[in-house]
Amino acid sequence: MASATMTMPIETPAEDSAARGEDDSRRWLQRLGASGPRRDAAVVELHGLLLKAARFEIDRRRASLPHLRGDDLEDIAQQSADDALFAVLSKLGDFRGEARFTTWAYKFALLEASVKVRRRAWQGRETPLAEDAWAVLADTAGRTATARAEDTELFGALREEIEGSLTEHQREVLVAVTLNDVPIDVLAERLETTRGALYKTLHDARRRLRTALAGRGFRIEGIREEAP
Amino acid sequence: MNDRDKSKAPEREAVLARLLGPDGPELGCEECFAELDRYVELDLAGSDPDGNVPGMRAHLEGCPACAEDFRSLKALLEETD
Ligand SMILES: [Zn+2]
Repeated sequence: MASATMTMPIETPAEDSAARGEDDSRRWLQRLGASGPRRDAAVVELHGLLLKAARFEIDRRRASLPHLRGDDLEDIAQQSADDALFAVLSKLGDFRGEARFTTWAYKFALLEASVKVRRRAWQGRETPLAEDAWAVLADTAGRTATARAEDTELFGALREEIEGSLTEHQREVLVAVTLNDVPIDVLAERLETTRGALYKTLHDARRRLRTALAGRGFRIEGIREEAP
Repeated sequence: MNDRDKSKAPEREAVLARLLGPDGPELGCEECFAELDRYVELDLAGSDPDGNVPGMRAHLEGCPACAEDFRSLKALLEETD
């Protein structure tokens, strides 16, 4: 005869933690959707989590901000948490429950903090000139020319296509982001656009370069960045 | 002004990969952000993140900013869990 406990579903640890995550997420949404002290307490708790995430991000990137003191860094963390709280509360309807609520909320704090840090690190710095980029290409081609004779030709063709086949805007974005290491968020702020719109421009420029190089007989398939 | 150390010019493959970007379809930055939480949880659970979110890996290879945000969220979850 089966006892009550034996009819209970046996959950694997993974299912167990997924179920716990769903419960947590539901509880967050209920509390944030409530009114009065229950909601106020949830908002304070959420801000605390976002602040923790923002501090985590700033700590990871503090090497890029050597001129800032602890107070300045804490200001950036607080501002990031405030902005992320606003974003999370106004986008609650977008939460689809495909990840835990806290994971979903964290990403807003990390984004706010990383964008602020990148912009702060580049404050007062000029965007590099195209000549700096050609130096990168020449250095790279020069260093590998002995091993690969065709590299001088390939990098020469790349420069020609960058200068000749792309629109001015595509060239500006491609050179800044891929050769001069200007963070895309910094460039977006200076050009008064968004990361997404600039990435689309970058994507189109890269496609055009690939097509042009392939058309000139260079073998470029299989070139890809290391997995992140 | 570029303060890149000229004696440490990036390697050929890295420069080419950055210039030419990922080969194949990829998500945009907005879609990447929308999927980031799910992708990182799938990744940490070893539950085929790339099969479940096609185009994400290519975007992370092509977009340094989104790739940093991915690494940060993953590291934060690893630290808090
Ligand atoms: Zn992106």
